[in-house]
Amino acid sequence: MTTLRHEPFLDIARQREADRLGMVVFLASEAMLFGALVMGLLALRTFQPAPFAAASERLNLLAGSVNTAVLLTSSLLVAIGAEARALNRNRLATWMLGIAALLGIAFLIIKGREYYQEYGEGLMPGAGPYQDFGSPGARMFMDGYFVATGLHAFHVLVGVAMLAGCAWRLRRSDPPSKVGIENVGLYWHLVDVVWVFLFPILYLSR
Amino acid sequence: MSRAGLHDASREEAAPLRTPAEAQSYLNDGNSLRSWLLTTDHKRIAILYLTSITGFFAIAATAAAMMRLNLLTPQGALLTAEGYNRAFTMHGVIMVWFFLIPSIPNVFGNFLIPLMIGARDMAFPRLNLASWYIFMAGGLFTLAALIFGGVDTGWTFYTPLSSTYANGNVVLALTAVFIAGWSSILTGINFIVTIHKLRAPGMTWGRLPLFVWTHYATALILVLATPVLTVTLLLVAAERLFGLGIFNPALGGDPLLFQHLFWFYSHPAVYIMVLPAMGVVSELVPAAAHKKLFGYWFVAYSSLAIALVGFLVWGHHMFVSGQSMYASTVFSFLSLVVAVPSAIKVYNWTATLYKGSIALNAAFLFAMGFIGLFVMGGLTGLMLALLAIDVHVHDTYFVVAHFHYIMVGGAVTAYLGAMHFWWPKMFGRMYNEVWGRISAVLVFIGFNVTFFPQFLLGYMGMPRRYHEYPPEFQTLHVLSTGGAGLLGLGYALPLIYLLYSLRHGEPASANPWKATGLEWTVPSPPPTHNFEDTPIVVREPYDYPLSHDSSIA
Amino acid sequence: MLNLFGLSLPQASAHAQHVDMLIGAFSLLILLLAGPVIVLIFAFAIRYRRGKDVNRDHAPNRNVWLEVSWTIIPFLLILGFFVVSAKMFFFIHEPPADAMPISVVAKQWMWKFQHPQGQSEINTLHVPIGQPVKLTMTSQDVIHSLYVPALRLKQDVLPGRYTELWFTATRPGTYHLFCSQFCGLDHATMGGSVVAMVPGAYARWLSTQASAGSLATAGATLYRKLGCGACHAGDGTTRAPSLNGLYGSKVTLEGGRQIVADDQYLRDAILDPNAQVTAGYKPIMPTYRGLIGEEEAMQLAAYIRAMKTVPGEYP
Repeated sequence: MTTLRHEPFLDIARQREADRLGMVVFLASEAMLFGALVMGLLALRTFQPAPFAAASERLNLLAGSVNTAVLLTSSLLVAIGAEARALNRNRLATWMLGIAALLGIAFLIIKGREYYQEYGEGLMPGAGPYQDFGSPGARMFMDGYFVATGLHAFHVLVGVAMLAGCAWRLRRSDPPSKVGIENVGLYWHLVDVVWVFLFPILYLSR
Repeated sequence: MSRAGLHDASREEAAPLRTPAEAQSYLNDGNSLRSWLLTTDHKRIAILYLTSITGFFAIAATAAAMMRLNLLTPQGALLTAEGYNRAFTMHGVIMVWFFLIPSIPNVFGNFLIPLMIGARDMAFPRLNLASWYIFMAGGLFTLAALIFGGVDTGWTFYTPLSSTYANGNVVLALTAVFIAGWSSILTGINFIVTIHKLRAPGMTWGRLPLFVWTHYATALILVLATPVLTVTLLLVAAERLFGLGIFNPALGGDPLLFQHLFWFYSHPAVYIMVLPAMGVVSELVPAAAHKKLFGYWFVAYSSLAIALVGFLVWGHHMFVSGQSMYASTVFSFLSLVVAVPSAIKVYNWTATLYKGSIALNAAFLFAMGFIGLFVMGGLTGLMLALLAIDVHVHDTYFVVAHFHYIMVGGAVTAYLGAMHFWWPKMFGRMYNEVWGRISAVLVFIGFNVTFFPQFLLGYMGMPRRYHEYPPEFQTLHVLSTGGAGLLGLGYALPLIYLLYSLRHGEPASANPWKATGLEWTVPSPPPTHNFEDTPIVVREPYDYPLSHDSSIA
Repeated sequence: MLNLFGLSLPQASAHAQHVDMLIGAFSLLILLLAGPVIVLIFAFAIRYRRGKDVNRDHAPNRNVWLEVSWTIIPFLLILGFFVVSAKMFFFIHEPPADAMPISVVAKQWMWKFQHPQGQSEINTLHVPIGQPVKLTMTSQDVIHSLYVPALRLKQDVLPGRYTELWFTATRPGTYHLFCSQFCGLDHATMGGSVVAMVPGAYARWLSTQASAGSLATAGATLYRKLGCGACHAGDGTTRAPSLNGLYGSKVTLEGGRQIVADDQYLRDAILDPNAQVTAGYKPIMPTYRGLIGEEEAMQLAAYIRAMKTVPGEYP
């Protein structure tokens, strides 16, 4: 998303609107992607509440909470960065997006360490030195946990790449447009919102 | 208006190798392979899709031919059990995801939507090309699954058969469909943004051709339903690769969860296949009748209603699955409701013909074929929605007949109708009209001979996905196979005379059918940028009769 | 008997007759709704074809009342069929209390039937006419489906769950039985027959079959062998709830939810005990998954069902 108009648009304002709408529609599809997983988790919670709660208690609540704070902070920085770009304060925008990207990496590192811990505790289905779920319902919970947070982590990775890319390009002569930065911001906010749903369902059902 | 008659050798010199219009069109704008493979022109991308889906159709049709030949005898004449199971799986996977879903939207939607709304291209031309490459990547994985021995789970991949028990290249096939799903989603995004943001001045929503309305509704389904399939296939692959246990009851999982997730996408998916076909027919009928479409707004809103209610009926695939009685009752009711907007369209097409001035050309004959066959398919769908009937005929040939009436009798017939209607616009050549009509009739007859007996087979108790069967069913199977031969011939014919027309057909004028619509105001074939000047739309849609050959819309 | 184009399908029960009548009547309705459309399309295409000199004045292109009526009226007519069909559907899902219970285990690629007194069959099911029969079914591997076209009935058979199918055969005869959910390689040959017999013939047939004892007897043997009484004997004030009269009663689970103690509940309690713990008890029951199979679980459930007031003594 450059500052230049391109075919087939005859009007740059129209092109910006289209870029924005395209991102919004894409995010709707992403919402359906995670929505299916969230519905599955909620169904499990409804039909097997005891094993679900038992499994939830074995997750690392501290790691999950820190990660929540990390993502929320990074979203704030991205919002500031987008505002900065709108005011042409590109240096500030670069810093904001860059730090947000680093926070995203921090999220991934913390998540990776959690996975490693779960691997060692026998909570990773199909892997690890032993399997110690306690009940089939808890195993289903861990299945859902790994798929949902794994898919989410993949999206965080993609988001980090986009944020870093934007931060880099903001320092050059052809920086991304305001709408471009906002679109990356929207993506990052969706990643955040998905986590805001996953965290209570997975970590706080105890 | 030039009309290609019976082939006359003395006229061959008159049809030039390349017409002036072709020379200045998108077809001639760069002749290297690179210019085609790296194009961002929506019209060229449509042609790329056209060639690739034709290839996939041929593969899946071969699988079908082998199946029908096998069913000539009760013990199975051609294939082993394993071979048959792999054939019907491949037939389903390729036909659904690599032919039907992309067919009308990615060929005709891509080609026509910008033209119909007065734009120079799609909103995201490079994304459009990426969609095709992603589609081809999915296709490559499918071919790999085929070459490495095939998959035998059925295109529906029910668990725990697919997740735990099946041997074969299940993960390859799941990956193929997973990738193809992304192509669908990106196409949907492109359509939605294009229709919202690139309409020419004066092209209000109330002036859009119904083709655009139905593709808009289709795009909504593409964007919102496909991700659920994506996640579902991911879960099955994860279960196969990592032994997660989500669908495995021995590990506490629930096989029915798969069915809910799968059908939540796959029911709306059938509307992805049918809505564009209805859009085509909504163009063909007014054009043939030279009359305004009856009940424009009813037809327009019915497209949105089908898309919306289509998301609420998935449980009708699960009436005997062990799903709760009460849930089944609700799904049954909603499945009857969803038939209503489709019925509205059929009545409106019929009313459009009243006091029209109808040209009985090939395109219109295909449209008539669609209406007849779609009505049959839709009404048998109502039968299936009735709980007590479905308990008897679910998973029998009755269901097979029903969905082939809709998808083949409906969607493929409409695809051929679209081909016969817009071929002159896309390639600047008229084809042999007589052969066109022969094809339409042959397809209609061949189709009915193939699939009507299957309703009877199903009601009499013949289950589906059987490579062998009790001997009393043989007569109807032989009849069905015979019809399939006729149908195959009906499909092969257009391939011949349409390709022939590329070099030998009469050059087409801008508006050979004297139809309304912005696509008929540009040369045949169109130049790369579509319109010299942005059109300004002042007339209502389907504003017949036209005052002259090429109308300013 | 339903005869169509040389094929015939018997009507082996009253329900089968009703289904045939339903689809027959519905076919008439759709002929009534679709027929005019098809006829009109042809008629208009011919009458109003281009070049024909005919009155085309005042061609309409919208009529809201017409749109509304041709939408609402067919829908209301179809709704009548919906109600009838739903009632039939509920009927076939509500087995009468005196239905003869038969347990069914499906596996790739065969059917095992077990009669109440223990006679077992493979792929063929003998039943008496005039007597409601209830099949309680489960699968040992993938999803199968039991389909008897002559009865117009089918029901998917799931692993890890029990599903039910009940019917009253009214016509003696031998009828096809198919598997109708694709289940792998030999799906097409996983069939058999249902043999409906007059009660006298059925009784004679039963007596000629070897029986290893009824399901409940086998269940009792298993109960002793596995030592279930170590916890479950007694009045329920110790480690585990009492099983007297448990079958069919309402159980309150930990967390307040109430559930009926049916076959599914008993099976789940044996194979996955800590998913649904009875209120007031600790989750200490060991799982028997892997130690016993689906048929054994059915036997234990039959034994528990037979337990009335005297533990250890039963018919």
